[in-house]
Amino acid sequence: MTAARLALVLVCALLAAAPGAALAAPSPSDLEAELVCPTCKTTLDQSDSPIARRMKQMIRTRLAEGATEKQIKAELVAQFGPAVVAEPPKSGFDLLAWLVPIGILAAGAVGVGAIAWGWSRRHVEEAPGEPLDPDLERRLEAELERFDG
Amino acid sequence: MSSEAGAGRIQRVAQVVALVGVAAMLGLLIWKVAFGHDTGAADELAQGKLVHAPAFTLDRLDRDGELGVDDLKGKAVVVNFWASWCVPCRDEAPVLQKTYARYRDQGLVVLGVDVNDFRQDARRFMKRYGLSYPVVYDGKGSTVGKWGVRGFPETFFVDRTGKLVGERIEGAVDIERNRDAFERGVALALGDSS
Repeated sequence: MTAARLALVLVCALLAAAPGAALAAPSPSDLEAELVCPTCKTTLDQSDSPIARRMKQMIRTRLAEGATEKQIKAELVAQFGPAVVAEPPKSGFDLLAWLVPIGILAAGAVGVGAIAWGWSRRHVEEAPGEPLDPDLERRLEAELERFDG
Repeated sequence: MSSEAGAGRIQRVAQVVALVGVAAMLGLLIWKVAFGHDTGAADELAQGKLVHAPAFTLDRLDRDGELGVDDLKGKAVVVNFWASWCVPCRDEAPVLQKTYARYRDQGLVVLGVDVNDFRQDARRFMKRYGLSYPVVYDGKGSTVGKWGVRGFPETFFVDRTGKLVGERIEGAVDIERNRDAFERGVALALGDSS
C-alpha cells in the first residue's frame, strides 16, 4: 500500500513537471545534437564544415528571434529535406526505424523467457532424483535419531 | 520427458534463428562491399563509357518554375555543381558567367546546381557575382549520387544530344591545371571536336 502511494506521488510529480519541461526554450546545443550536416552526415555539434557552421548560426539567430524547436526543424527540413533531422520521423515508412528494434527486443525477450522456462521445467523434473534404498533410508533415520537424542 | 524435448526444440529453434540472423547480416555486408557503392555518371565517364546526363528536375533560383538538364536538349550545357559556402565557387563564378555570355548565341547554357545550401544564401551569391545563367536548387543533394559529385565545385559538359562529353572538372574551372580541359569540354559540348 505504501509502495502504491509512493508510485502515485511520483507519477503526479512527473506529470506536474512535464509541461514545464516542454515549455523550456531549447538550447542551441540541444538542437545541434538533433540535426545533421547535409555534406558530412554527422550531427551539427560534431561538424565544423562550412554548411554546418552556417546552420548553427541560423539556429542561434532563429532562437534569439523566439522561434520554437519545431519551427526551426521545419525550416531546415524545407531547405535540406527530412534527412537533416537525426531522429527518423514517427510516421509512414520511417516508423519502421522505431518499430523494428522494439520488435527485435521483444522477440529476444520472449525467446530468452521461453528458453529459461524450458530449463527451469527440466530442473524441476530432475530434482526428485532416484529414490533412496529402503535399507539405507532406515539406517539414516536411526543415525539421525541417535544424533538428536 | 516431453517438456525436456520441448525445451530442446525451443533451444534448437533459437539457435537456427540466431544463425539465420548472423548469415543475413553477413550477406548484407558482402552485398554492400561488392555492389553497394553508387559509382555515378562521373566514374562511368572516366572509364570511357558513353553516358547520358542523369536526369533531374529542380526548382529554379533565378526565376519561378522548374528546370532540368533534359529540358535543355539541343543545347550545349555546362553543368556546374556549387554552393554559396564553397570558397573556390566564388573564384570560378565570374569565369562561368563570362563563358555563358561568350557562347550563349552559339547555343551554350551554363546550368548551375546549388547543392546543400540555403536558398537565400544562394540568391545573395548569384546577385553578388551577377550570374544571369539558370540556377536550380538541390538543398537535399539528390543529384550528387547520380552524377558522382565528390565535392564542390564540380563541372560537367553535356552535348546537344544529352551525352556527357570531355572530362569532369573537380575544383574551380579555368585555373592553370584545368584550363585546357575546360576549353575542350566547352568545345565538345558545342559540337566542335577540333
